[in-house]
Amino acid sequence: MTETLPMAGANAQINLAGLAKNDYRGNPSTLCQGCGHNSISNQIISALYEMNVVPEDVVKFSGIGCSSKSPTYFLNRSFGFNGLHGRMPSVATGALFGDHRIKGIGISGDGDTASIGMGQFKHIVRRNVNMVYIVENNGVYGLTKGQFSATAEVGLQLKKQGTNQYMPVDICMEALASNATFVARSFAGNPKQVKELIKAALAHDGIAVLDIISPCVTFNNQSNAFHSYTWGKDHEEPLHDITYVAPRNEIILEEEMKEGEIREVSMHDGSIVILKNLEKSYDPTNRFEALRVMEEAQRNNWLVTGLLYVDTSKPSLLETYNLVDTPLNRLTQADLRPAPDMMEKVNALMF
Amino acid sequence: MNKVVNDFSITVGTVNGSGSSTANNTILRALFKMGIPVSGKNLFPSNIQGLPTWYTIRVNKDGFIARRDEQEVVVAMNANSFARDLASVSSGGAFFYADDIKQPITRTDVVVYPMPVKEIVRKDPNVPSDFRDLVGNMVYVGVLATILGIDIDKIQAALSFHFKGKQKPIDMNFNTVKAAAEWAKANLEKKDPFYLEPMNKTDGLIMADGNTAAAIGSIFGGVQFAAWYPITPASSLAESLNDYLPQLRKRDDGKHTYAVIQAEDELAAIGMAIGAGWSGLRAMTSTSGPGLSLMTEFSGLAYYAEVPIVVWDVQRIGPSTGLPTRTSQGDLTFVNFIGHGDTQQVILLPGDVNECFEFGWRAFDIAEHLQTPVFVLSDLDMGMNQWMSKPFQYPNTPMDRGKVLWEKDLEELKGNWARYLDKDGDGVPYRTLPGNKHPASAYFTRGTGHDEQARYTEEAPIWHRMMERLKKKYETAKKFVPAPVLYRMNGATAGIIAFGSTEAAVLEARHQLANEHNIKADFLRVRALPFGNEVGEFIKKYDQVFVVEMNRDGQLDQLLKIEYPEFATRFKSVAFGDGMPASAKWVREGILAKYEETSVKIKANGAKPASKSAKEAQTKKRIGAKARATSKSKSSKGKK
Repeated sequence: MTETLPMAGANAQINLAGLAKNDYRGNPSTLCQGCGHNSISNQIISALYEMNVVPEDVVKFSGIGCSSKSPTYFLNRSFGFNGLHGRMPSVATGALFGDHRIKGIGISGDGDTASIGMGQFKHIVRRNVNMVYIVENNGVYGLTKGQFSATAEVGLQLKKQGTNQYMPVDICMEALASNATFVARSFAGNPKQVKELIKAALAHDGIAVLDIISPCVTFNNQSNAFHSYTWGKDHEEPLHDITYVAPRNEIILEEEMKEGEIREVSMHDGSIVILKNLEKSYDPTNRFEALRVMEEAQRNNWLVTGLLYVDTSKPSLLETYNLVDTPLNRLTQADLRPAPDMMEKVNALMF
Repeated sequence: MNKVVNDFSITVGTVNGSGSSTANNTILRALFKMGIPVSGKNLFPSNIQGLPTWYTIRVNKDGFIARRDEQEVVVAMNANSFARDLASVSSGGAFFYADDIKQPITRTDVVVYPMPVKEIVRKDPNVPSDFRDLVGNMVYVGVLATILGIDIDKIQAALSFHFKGKQKPIDMNFNTVKAAAEWAKANLEKKDPFYLEPMNKTDGLIMADGNTAAAIGSIFGGVQFAAWYPITPASSLAESLNDYLPQLRKRDDGKHTYAVIQAEDELAAIGMAIGAGWSGLRAMTSTSGPGLSLMTEFSGLAYYAEVPIVVWDVQRIGPSTGLPTRTSQGDLTFVNFIGHGDTQQVILLPGDVNECFEFGWRAFDIAEHLQTPVFVLSDLDMGMNQWMSKPFQYPNTPMDRGKVLWEKDLEELKGNWARYLDKDGDGVPYRTLPGNKHPASAYFTRGTGHDEQARYTEEAPIWHRMMERLKKKYETAKKFVPAPVLYRMNGATAGIIAFGSTEAAVLEARHQLANEHNIKADFLRVRALPFGNEVGEFIKKYDQVFVVEMNRDGQLDQLLKIEYPEFATRFKSVAFGDGMPASAKWVREGILAKYEETSVKIKANGAKPASKSAKEAQTKKRIGAKARATSKSKSSKGKK
C-alpha cells in the first residue's frame, strides 16, 4: 500500500517508511520569497520524513489566509481540507473521527486563530483534539495586504493602517488558559527548534499548540517589530535546546550534560523529548511555571521559545469516545443499521 | 341538549413550569388509548417558570386533528390568565377552574365547574408538601375524567408510560386523579353536552413527537456523527440521539460506532458535521432558524466542496430571535438558497411524525449519493408535539453510501481518478476518504476554485464548468428525493399545494370546501426540493392552484413561480404566519378569499375558464360573493 512514487534524481535517501523526502513535498509555494511560512513548511516535511510517518496517515487542515494556503506546499500525498476563515478547528474535530489512526496537522494564522477564530481555537484546545495546531504568527493580515491582526503589538505602525492601539493576544497564554495539553513557541528563524518542536507535537496525543513567530517580509518586517526576523533574532530567549528521540531508539546525547540541566518528557508513543536547559531549570510540566515565564517574557520584551507546557496524562478527545477498533469510516450497514427486530421494539417504546 | 361526542377541543391554561405537561400529556395519551383520534399542542412561552402557558387538545371522531380556534372545554389553573381563559370558551361550552382563584365569573352562556384543587391534594397524606403544586394538576385530569368520560384505566396506563413504570410517582399522581374523579362524581352535576366515548380509530397507531422520530430514523440510517448546539425547538432531536443510540447501537464489546458532540455554537456544530461527512461518516446537525443563519457560510462550503451532511431545521418563527416557542414554515426560501453565490440546496419536507422517521434515514442516502448537504425542514409543531402516527417502518432499501473509492478500487483504476470529474454524466463525482492508504487516494478539499483534480485554479472556463456540473447534479437530485403525496377528489377543479405540518389543516379545509362550498380540490403535498416532475404535471391540470403555507410571504409560492414561470398566474398564495399551528379555518378562508379574485379576473380578462358547466360557474360566483362578505375582500374591480 505504501508503494513509493517515482522520485527525482538518483541516490535519494530513503527513510524507514521506504520513502524519500520528495514523497513529503507539496506544490511549489506561491507565498512571498523569504516568507517565514515557507520555512515552517520545510520543517514539517523534514520532521515527518525523519519520523518515518506515512503521508497517508496524516490529514492537513487550514482556515483562510496566507498561513492557510501553506498545506498545499507540503505532503501532497496527504488528504487536506482548506475550510473557512477561523473555522479550521471544527472541521478538523469532525474529520478526525473518520479514522482514529490518522494524525491531524492544522496550519492557521494569527488572524485565523486569534481574531475570527478565537472561539473555535479555545474550544478545540479544551476538547484536546488529537492534532498539531500550528499558528504561523506574523501579527499582520498578508492576503488582504497589511492590516493589523489581534497579535500585533500595541504601538505597531503599518503603512496604511497607522498605529495599532490595542493590546495583543498571546496565543500560548490563551491556549494554556483553555487547558491545552501541549503549548510551545518558536521562531521561524530557528529552523532546528521548529523541527524538533513539530516532532514533539506529532508525538503528543492530544492538542499540540505551536505558536511560531513567522515574519511577514512584505507587510511587517520592520527591524523594531515584534514579528520581524531582526527583532526575533535579537530577542529570542530559548528556554532549552530541544531534541526529539523516536521510540525504541537508543538515547544518545550529543554531549555530557550536568545533572539538573536535562529534562526528559515521555510521550504516549514511547518517544522522548529531551530538553536541555540553557540557563535556569525549567519544568514544562508545571502549568503555573509556564504562565509565570510567559508573563515574565512579556514584561521584559523577550521572545521566549521552546516547549512551554506539556501534560501527557489527559485523554485525547477520541479516547474519551470509546470508539470501535475499526475506523468509523470503514463501518458498513451491518455495523450501523439496527437489526429489523429492533424496529418493533422501538415502536413498542413509543406510546 | 344534544350530546356532542368525540368532536370538540379542550384547552388547559396553567403556569409554565408547574408540571402541567405531565397532566396534559396524560389526558392526550388516555384519549389516544381510548381509540379516539386526538392531537395535542403545547402553546408555551419562552420561559422556564412563571408565565402563562396553554395546552390544547382536539378530539375528532372523523380524524381531523388540526388545531381549532374554538375551545368548547377550558380549564383555568392560572389566576393570571383566568379572565382570558374564561373569555375563550365557546358559547355553550364548559369552564373548569381551580377554586382558589377568586375572580368573577362574568359569563352566563357557559357551564362552570369549580375544582377544589388545593383541598384535594392536601387531603392526601402521601403527597409531600413540596409536590402539591405539581400533583395539583392531576386534579383537573380526574375531574375531566368524570365529567367528560375519560377511561380511568387509560389514565393509569398513560402515567405508567410517562414515569417509565416507576411506581412511586405513578401512584402519587394516580391517587390524586382518582380522588379528584371521585370528588367530581359526588359533588358536580354534569350540565355540559360534551362526551368522550371509546372508539377503535387509533388501533395499530403509535404516538410520538417528530424530533424523537427524526432521531430514531437517523439511527436506523446509521448516523455516526452528530454535532449540535442547544436551541428551541430542535434540542430534543439531538437529546433523543443521546437517549436512543446507546440502546439501538449497543455492541457486545461496549464500544461505540458513533459520536455526539455538543458544540460551542452552530458554526462549530455544522463545521464538525462537515468534517465528519467529508471523512466518510454519516454526519448530521440539528438546529432552528437562528442557528441556521449561523450555518450559512458552512452550508455554502459544503455545497461547493460537495460534502454530504444532513441538517435538520426544526423551524420556529422568525426573523431574528422571533418567537422561540412558536411554529413556522418560514425558512424555506432561506434554506433553498442558503450560502452566498449561486447555490441550490436539496431540501426534504416531512409532513408528519412518520415521515420524520423515514426522512431521518433516507436523508443520509440522498446526501451521500449526491455528495451534497441535505436539509430537512420540520417545525416546532411537528417536532415537539405528540402526534398519532403509523408505526415506524424499517428502511426498505439498503444504505446508499454513494461513489466512494477505497484502496482496491484505486488499485483497479491504477490510481487514475479525479475528485471532481463527472465520469458518469450525472454530475456526481467520485470521492475518497481520509485513512485510505493508497498513495493516489489523497486530494485537497477547498472552498476556493478548483478543477477536476481538486487543484486550485482561477481559470474562468473551469469555474464555469464546475458550476454547470453542480447544476446538473441538482437535476439528478430530482430523481432521488421523495415524490409528492397526491390526494385526489372526484370532480376536482382546483389544486392545492402545501408541505409539512399543515397537512391536517389542509385536508380538513378541503373537506369543508367540498361539503360546504362545493369547491373540489386535489391536494399535492410536496416533500422535497428540487421539485420532481409530478409537481409540474399537477399544476398543469388546474387553472388555479392554491399554495398553502405558514409564513408571511408565500415562500413555497415564490419557489414554484421560479420553477414554473409558465404557470405563474395560476398560483394563489394562501400564506399566513402568527406562530400558531395551522387551522382548517384559515386555510379555508384563505382559499375562499383568493378563489373569488381568480374567477373575477378570468372573466374580466375574457379568458376562457377551464371547462366547467354553467351550473358550476354559477355556484362559483355565488361562493365568491359569500366569501367576499365574510373575508372583507376589497376586490370589486373588474366586476361586470
